[in-house]
Amino acid sequence: MSLPSETEAPEPGISRRPVEILTALLLIGLAGIVLYDSHGRGAGWDGGPQNGFFPARVGWIFLAASLFILWQSFRRPDAVFVTYEQLRQVVRVLGPLVLFVALIGPLGIYVASAVFIIAFMAVVGTSRWWSIGLTALLVPVVCFWIFELQFRVPLPKGPLEAMLGY
Amino acid sequence: MDDFASLIAGFQVALSWHNVGFMAVGVILGIIVGVLPGLGGPNGVAILLPLTFGMDPTSAIILLSSIYWGALFGGAITSILFNIPGEAWSVATTFDGYPMAVQGKAAEALTAAFTASFIGALSGVVLITFVAPLVASFALRFGPAEFFAVFLLTFCSFIGMGRENRAKIIASLCIGFLLAAVGLDSISGDLRMTFGSTELMRGFDFLIVVIGLFGVSEILLTVEEGLVFKGKQAKIDLMVVLRTWAGLPRYWATLLRSSIVGMWMGVTPGGAIAASFMGYGLAKRFSKHGKNFGKGEIEGVLAPETAAHAAGTSALLPMLALGIPGSATAAVLLGGLLVWGLQPGPMLFVEQKSFVWGLIASMYLGNLAGLIIVLATVPLFAAIMRIPFSFVAPVILIVCAIGAYTISNSIFDIWLMLIFGVVGYVFKKLDYPLAPMILALVLGDRAEDAFRQALLGSGGSLGVFWANGLVGTLVVLALLLLCWGPAGDAIAALRGRGRQDPETVEATR
Repeated sequence: MSLPSETEAPEPGISRRPVEILTALLLIGLAGIVLYDSHGRGAGWDGGPQNGFFPARVGWIFLAASLFILWQSFRRPDAVFVTYEQLRQVVRVLGPLVLFVALIGPLGIYVASAVFIIAFMAVVGTSRWWSIGLTALLVPVVCFWIFELQFRVPLPKGPLEAMLGY
Repeated sequence: MDDFASLIAGFQVALSWHNVGFMAVGVILGIIVGVLPGLGGPNGVAILLPLTFGMDPTSAIILLSSIYWGALFGGAITSILFNIPGEAWSVATTFDGYPMAVQGKAAEALTAAFTASFIGALSGVVLITFVAPLVASFALRFGPAEFFAVFLLTFCSFIGMGRENRAKIIASLCIGFLLAAVGLDSISGDLRMTFGSTELMRGFDFLIVVIGLFGVSEILLTVEEGLVFKGKQAKIDLMVVLRTWAGLPRYWATLLRSSIVGMWMGVTPGGAIAASFMGYGLAKRFSKHGKNFGKGEIEGVLAPETAAHAAGTSALLPMLALGIPGSATAAVLLGGLLVWGLQPGPMLFVEQKSFVWGLIASMYLGNLAGLIIVLATVPLFAAIMRIPFSFVAPVILIVCAIGAYTISNSIFDIWLMLIFGVVGYVFKKLDYPLAPMILALVLGDRAEDAFRQALLGSGGSLGVFWANGLVGTLVVLALLLLCWGPAGDAIAALRGRGRQDPETVEATR
């Protein structure tokens, strides 16, 4: 997603091979769970294919493919998976996002959105405080108008909405 | 001709005032979705799908398919002006589109891209108009074994024709199948792979997975590179449009070639992404100006755009006629059909004539409307990209969360979306393709049903898959396609240094 010319300099970062190996191991584990579950419920023939029949077969193919990926990951030349600078940017988005999703339950989606926008824009830190405040106020209000009033789609609401009588 | 009369009736459906309105709204939303990173065809449609549940199915699908057309057009804008492909299928457009913009020929490049898109889409729609009814009437004779063979063909062509690492395509397909299997088994009524969790009983809704994999992960990838976009200015006036159009007939061979490549790749689900690269590669090899490619050659914009749109449009053919989508967005649209209570597949052409032909007619009109709207409004949409990303990103993420929640009113689904967002981010960085996963997730249950019913009929003998000429041909074709890729690799390796696929994929990102 960037200009290809300027990304070549070796920057410090997490290298690709461990991530590749870890992913392959997770996939192998997943295949193991699927096979355990399917064969546990019966993957054979009982007057017709049992309900684990198809997942078990897919599971075996999955296991084979994941093992092959694991083997490949040792053979490929290593590269940088993500530089620390890039990772920092991603965490700066992911952190507020996790907070947002965690707050939807207790506070309702509209208040959580406002908190999310403030947290996100403050962390990124390129905007003035009044534009942050305005965005944090306007976006939830517009969403409320569209979803609650126009389309009548019920979204999770919290104490603030209850106080206002919705 | 019976079909022709149906098509005219379809135009009457599509030309009603409110349907034309939906078309315009859809195209504009689609362009916005195509321009913004993090919102794309598949998840743009996925987020809006729940809002259309109450609508008349014909209007709903006109709205949603118009979003698809708009997204196809919109991807080109950012590719040419900002060198950022808004969509994966417009990556190849950046190769020559951005150099043209740098040389001050942005307007020509945009006009060429939009017109090429229109031509590509039109060839796809013509293909659908004439071939889909034939395929559907042919498919009426299909039994479970034949249907499973068609599913097999779809998945094998993904593996055989994909540009990514093949083991990873297979792994991605398997994950899709297994996610589809979680929850209630439709035949036996048993719960599978829920491990006692009540949340997992509902299974994984593919819309949640789409919003996570394509929406959240795309935002994460975008912010990696910082939060500021720098772009070129563009104003399109009528003179430039006419001048560019006057020059187009010279490139008829490129347009034709790309259309055919695109139609083929769309019907066999190679997808728009592969088609755009193939169209570009072929044009480069056969063009007289081949050596200028990459330096701002207009043919280098025409070729991938035509192919991408022809593929994107043709992907709806198998969805309508067989109930098997040719792309991730088509898969989402197919999910919509199921929600509206329409069973996609050959019976659709018999039972829901006005729906099918209304949709096909709307494809003609929607693309025409798209071309006009996009030519008229490019500066507006280029301006969207100048809004600071620190402002746009949270709004997109909030919309994604709302979309995920509305599908079944569950906060657990928002967490799932977040998890799939991270999974999608890691998978994209490691070159696991995501489209096969979505396709397998949507088709998983039906492929499994077909497989089990075929085996039930034959008493467990796999011989049912080559019991007659039709199913045998399909299975052989599937296996041929499966071997196509590895065989091609082997030949390329024998010829000396073959292209290293993962590296080229990385270099083009």
